[in-house]
Amino acid sequence: MPAVTLKNIVKTYDDGKVKAVNNVSFDVEHGELFGLIGPDGAGKTSIFRILTTVLLAEKGSAAVEGHDVVKDYRWIRNKVGYMPGKFSLYQDLTVAENLHFFATIFNTTIEENYDLIKDIYDQIKPFSNRPAGKLSGGMKQKLALCCALIHKPVVLFLDEPTTGVDVVSRKEFWDMLKRLKKQHISILVSTPYMDEASLCDRIALIQNGNIMSVDTPQNIIDSFPAHLYAARAKDIYQLLKNFRADQAIESCYAFGEYLHLTLKDDDNGDAILKELAAKYNPEDFEAKSITPTIEDSFIRLMESGELKVESGK
Amino acid sequence: MNNKAITCNKLTKQFGGFKAVDQITFDVDSGEIFGFLGANGAGKTTAMRMLCGLSYPTSGEATVAGFNVYKQQEKIKASIGYMSQKFSLYENLTVYENIEFYGGVYGLSRPEIKKRGENVVSTLGLTNEAKKLVGELPLGWKQKLAFSVAIFHRPKIVFLDEPTGGVDPVTRRQFWDLIYEAAADGITVFVTTHYMDEAEYCNRISVMVDGRMEALDTPTNLKKKFNTHSMDDVFYQLARKAERS
Repeated sequence: MPAVTLKNIVKTYDDGKVKAVNNVSFDVEHGELFGLIGPDGAGKTSIFRILTTVLLAEKGSAAVEGHDVVKDYRWIRNKVGYMPGKFSLYQDLTVAENLHFFATIFNTTIEENYDLIKDIYDQIKPFSNRPAGKLSGGMKQKLALCCALIHKPVVLFLDEPTTGVDVVSRKEFWDMLKRLKKQHISILVSTPYMDEASLCDRIALIQNGNIMSVDTPQNIIDSFPAHLYAARAKDIYQLLKNFRADQAIESCYAFGEYLHLTLKDDDNGDAILKELAAKYNPEDFEAKSITPTIEDSFIRLMESGELKVESGK
Repeated sequence: MNNKAITCNKLTKQFGGFKAVDQITFDVDSGEIFGFLGANGAGKTTAMRMLCGLSYPTSGEATVAGFNVYKQQEKIKASIGYMSQKFSLYENLTVYENIEFYGGVYGLSRPEIKKRGENVVSTLGLTNEAKKLVGELPLGWKQKLAFSVAIFHRPKIVFLDEPTGGVDPVTRRQFWDLIYEAAADGITVFVTTHYMDEAEYCNRISVMVDGRMEALDTPTNLKKKFNTHSMDDVFYQLARKAERS
């Protein structure tokens, strides 16, 4: 039995006009760190709210540790930890008071499970008498994680824990998740940052309420259906415009300091790139074959099929 | 007026004993895309508020579009555009009403608003949505419209505060196409972001740590200097020293 199962879950808003979650199915295995990767409006929060029993789905079924989200909502509420995307602790209670409060309503004590949060709590302990509302973003995030963990949940739901947080705090947060995984807690985490996908055991790529792919990050990268090339030149915007208009090019988009491109004739890449270099003769031109990232896969999946129409292109 | 869009000399903002912005000195050239990065709490927002004419510095000098940040705040406001992820458009006005409203605020004539408004709507492919409420548009469209509105009065400089937060990777890139076009038209772009791949699209990047400007250079030179291949790592090396985050 998986830690989390969703079968054909549908959720709409505005009398069915907005399809937030569109026939979504996936499982999270025991002890797995599972990532739900997609932009704002993809349906991530609706899925979290359905699984934590605070929102009812219209169709389909879902269960946590084999317990149905509708029938067994009381069991689930006692057993899972949930960190919503919006900071939801009591701003006017101190750090220590918030933690004590959450321990008490889950009928436990801070001492009983202190070993689970010790690493994280030690970092905010110097501020234990500060009101939660006066903490910085990174510290708020750590306190919220402590409060979600204090009753030793069997499954941890983390809805965009790193959104708007800087690179340093993001890195620290993922290190904490890796340590929690070793304690055999199953974790479902969502993020709009594609570079965080590779830190998960498995991921689901989601866009406009539709799951586009569920697999390990490596398998998703391996199944990229074409050769991917990176190119750059001194005037990279000019290069982008030239390449986009060129018949030989299937797709071309900016990616950091390079452009990423695929070619219509996928078998003769090196020769075609040489032709392109000769044709436009850009200053400081460089091109090479590269391994795709999750973001490349996401873009490819978005650009194919009906999703393209729905995303308003 | 010189060809600098922004000049800053030891610009400082102090709240009591706390130096939110601590003697930052830098210039931004006209038509440049300038990335303004920093960890949470590094002082980016405070610095941007001073440059937008919304808050007085404690000490130091700065000019924006040639105007003094102490004495000519209103002239600065008329010369710049501003857009942030959090606030940009009125959700309960239509696409066209938002355009009319911002055009009016910046003192454009009605025929001019009409002409440019039609141009914006058709360029963005929103002709069929022009009479829809902005609140009904997908986030990606809203962000692109918000940017077009921010540069509707053809400001010398546009300030973008995390304009692409939460936006899907395809729309994020379409958004950067708009930024490039604006820069090619001579508009100076001053942008903050948490996406390090976007930092690479800037001509130059600055990184603030604890109120000070700890680095300022082209992406290529910064990577060379910090002996790494990724901007992510440059940022990490600089920001992990922060004591305020």
